[in-house]
Amino acid sequence: MMNKTTNEVLLQVENLQVSFFTPKGEVKAVNDIHYTLHYNEIMGIVGESGSGKTVEAFTLMGLLAPNGKIKEGRALFEGRDLLKFSEKEYINFRGKEAGIIFQNPMTSLNPVYTIGKQLKEVLFLHNKKIQKSEAEARVLDMLRQVGINQPEKRMKQYPHELSGGMRQRIMIAMGIINHPKLLIADEPTTALDVTIQAQILDLIRNIQKKTGMAVIFITHNLGVVAEICDKVTVMYAGHIVEQGKVRDVFYYTRHPYTRGLLESMPSLLTDTKEPLAMIQGSPVNLLELPEGCPFADRCKHCMEKCKRQKPPQTQFEEGHIAYCWLNHR
Amino acid sequence: MSETIVEVKDLCQFFPVRSSIGKKGYIHAVDHVSLKLMSGETFGLVGESGCGKSTLGRTILRLYRPTSGKIFYNGNDITNANMKTYRRKMQMIFQDPSASLNPRMTIGQIIEEPLKNYHLFSEPMKRKERVFELLNQVGLNKDQIDRYPHEFSGGQQQRVGIARTLAVEPEFIVCDEPISALDVSIQSQIINMLEEMQEKRNLTYLFIAHDISVVRHISHYIGVMFLGQIVEMAKSNELVKNPLHPYTQILMSSVPIPDPDLAKNKKRIILDGELPSPIDPSPGCRFVTRCPYVKECNGRCKEETPELREITSGHFVACFKCQE
Amino acid sequence: MLLFKKRNQRDQQKNLRLQSVISRFMGNPLAVLGLILFSVILLATLSVGFFLDYEQSALAFNIPQRLVPPNGTNWFGTDEMGRDEFARILFGARYTLSVGFVSTLFAVIVGGIFGAVSGYFGGITDNIIMRIMEIMMCLPSMILAIAIVVALGGSILNMVVAVGISNVPKFARIVRSSVMGVRNTEYVQAAQIIGTPFIPLLFRHILRNCMGPVIVQATLIFAMSILSISSLSFLGLGIQAPTPEWGNMLSDGKDYMRGNAYLVLAPGLAIFFSIFSLNLIGDGLRDALDPRMDI
Repeated sequence: MMNKTTNEVLLQVENLQVSFFTPKGEVKAVNDIHYTLHYNEIMGIVGESGSGKTVEAFTLMGLLAPNGKIKEGRALFEGRDLLKFSEKEYINFRGKEAGIIFQNPMTSLNPVYTIGKQLKEVLFLHNKKIQKSEAEARVLDMLRQVGINQPEKRMKQYPHELSGGMRQRIMIAMGIINHPKLLIADEPTTALDVTIQAQILDLIRNIQKKTGMAVIFITHNLGVVAEICDKVTVMYAGHIVEQGKVRDVFYYTRHPYTRGLLESMPSLLTDTKEPLAMIQGSPVNLLELPEGCPFADRCKHCMEKCKRQKPPQTQFEEGHIAYCWLNHR
Repeated sequence: MSETIVEVKDLCQFFPVRSSIGKKGYIHAVDHVSLKLMSGETFGLVGESGCGKSTLGRTILRLYRPTSGKIFYNGNDITNANMKTYRRKMQMIFQDPSASLNPRMTIGQIIEEPLKNYHLFSEPMKRKERVFELLNQVGLNKDQIDRYPHEFSGGQQQRVGIARTLAVEPEFIVCDEPISALDVSIQSQIINMLEEMQEKRNLTYLFIAHDISVVRHISHYIGVMFLGQIVEMAKSNELVKNPLHPYTQILMSSVPIPDPDLAKNKKRIILDGELPSPIDPSPGCRFVTRCPYVKECNGRCKEETPELREITSGHFVACFKCQE
Repeated sequence: MLLFKKRNQRDQQKNLRLQSVISRFMGNPLAVLGLILFSVILLATLSVGFFLDYEQSALAFNIPQRLVPPNGTNWFGTDEMGRDEFARILFGARYTLSVGFVSTLFAVIVGGIFGAVSGYFGGITDNIIMRIMEIMMCLPSMILAIAIVVALGGSILNMVVAVGISNVPKFARIVRSSVMGVRNTEYVQAAQIIGTPFIPLLFRHILRNCMGPVIVQATLIFAMSILSISSLSFLGLGIQAPTPEWGNMLSDGKDYMRGNAYLVLAPGLAIFFSIFSLNLIGDGLRDALDPRMDI
């Protein structure tokens, strides 16, 4: 169905800026984000809570909270600017051209309808003419694809009768039932156990390979990124700090924040009783973003310049960029 | 040589439930668990949600009354004892710092409360100094004393929680997933702080977590729990290098490694099968529905529950195949 | 000196917190409207004694002036005995509001105790208390109040009890459910672990965090009590005729409703505005008192 080659661009986000207006002032949640996503590609967006990773993805899907405002930017999806979509266009877009999976599968499934009914509804929403029997068959097929055994029985069950991992599989089935070109997965494994997480990652990767869709995988876990993603955008306080192919970012790290995150993770492989590497301080307050580099306060290598001026973009290997004054010495 | 500070013998904690048909059953949250904690060391407890690791920690602190079994603290049987005398020595750090701090109390009041409860530092001035000292120890500023918990970030809230715990100078602390609700960049700060405190005060930790790499880092000894039972227990290096129980192996192979090349080449065991219900489990190994070795056991593990047995020195495992 | 300084600083912080509660409340236009309305009612009620003589303006008949429609001197007109309706509304508020307030307080305390005990201990205690509360809930509150007033007589104290008792179960349920919610939070467990004795645990950690819904419910029940008292008096069971009270004024006025609608409208609107403003205040308070609201 989607036999596009890897180098064709699906989504191009340029210069995206999103702010929330609260009684306390303007919260600059996303600042100047840009990336290019190709078909067949899984891109990870990594960051802590408040880094803007979720806001960024929700903005693309037209799900921005009412007090949020897109200040600038474009998001070209096959040449059409998503940010200029009307609500009606979005309704056609969501679920059909782009699917989304949320962190908590329990709250995103309606507890009073059966799994089968909810899946069929998604199907009917975008295929008005589909026959009942055909819908049934497609739902069963989809459930099988996401690795649910006894799909006939599961279809008649309610969300609370299923385990967490199974619910997340249902969510994935719902996200991809209309064969979208893009799947946005917002921390889909955070609420799950590691063994279940491994299953779900496996599933997402397999489905992606089979269908050729692009995936934006939002997570705070660099381990997950290493396992599943082709490229990665590391975000801090709404800014990109580093972006590139996963290998480049992990092995030739160019930003102290990325390095700090990688070093501070305890490893199963080495046995040291040394204290872990740390990133000092607390996450920056988005209401009081500093003038210079947002990471300056917590950075080991902070220089005078970092506090005054935002670091420019530096390009390394193909597509590998970082924003740090250290690269400009 | 360090000595045993906490010992648990054959501990069971069952909770009554009513199934939809109205039949009464029991959730076997902790099912015949025995373990020993050495003074000044960390015992890591790993397992997935619902395996009973939190319940075990809370039962040891006697927040629940155990169904059967015995708990010893410094050689004294505290299974049915009045906890007043022991509570000061046995403390807990909670998972979600925003939920474990009373939102209507300032952090000064929060840290001061245990001091008041135990009538330590009866003079208000001295008590206040002690609060300042504690704040300083956990890396918080003393002019933040009159702020409310919600004005702090998650990491800082957890520091307040730790200060409250340390206020009464405990010997033994149950750390119930103390970092899993925190941001990645904060987690290592808290781990390092816990380790530092342990060194300074010779604390004993029962460190509960679902992330085996964190547990491996902080613990001297690790127990792996599955559905209320400890299935494997060993020194942490031994356990990680030489995992014997199939569940431990699967758990370890599931941990995502932040190294793309290793991750791609890693042999991954994907778990299959349904999780059995913890309500009145039938006899036999709990892991039998998912175990890749089930055929090799010739059906023995379907009828008999394997006991935790020492295979090599200090390495315990509950699996018939491994015990052979 | 140092201690003094600390104290000062601390007070400042406390003030800051109060300020933020006030500023949140003031940021809610509906709540402010409610507060203004209720303050006006309250102020008028409290100050009327300075301007008018109770006997003279609210009780003394002035038959020649009977049933005068609203005008410059008699803002709400006069009633069938020629008494100034405006003055009677204001003097009436004294009874209605104070009996309402005291009976609410009664319900808060009694219901709160039952609810807290029930929610904290659970099990059999909870079962017994809640079944009793449910039985009380089954009796229509008005009929219960009427029965009590009829049995005990219509004194003001009996009115307080009658109206209060019918509100006790509502309160017990609210407090019970929030106590049950708060009791299982981690900070209550944490407080237990650090050895907090029962009474401080209940008050400092549990009840203090149930205050939000209690306050909201209290304002609501205050409003309902005003209605109940007026209803009792309307039926002739509460505060008796010559004493002005919104309910009995409404009752007196209803005979003249055709020609002199203002006699019904005035006490009716008084009841309406007090209830309305109390509800607005309650909602505003709920939002303002939640410390998690300031980001």
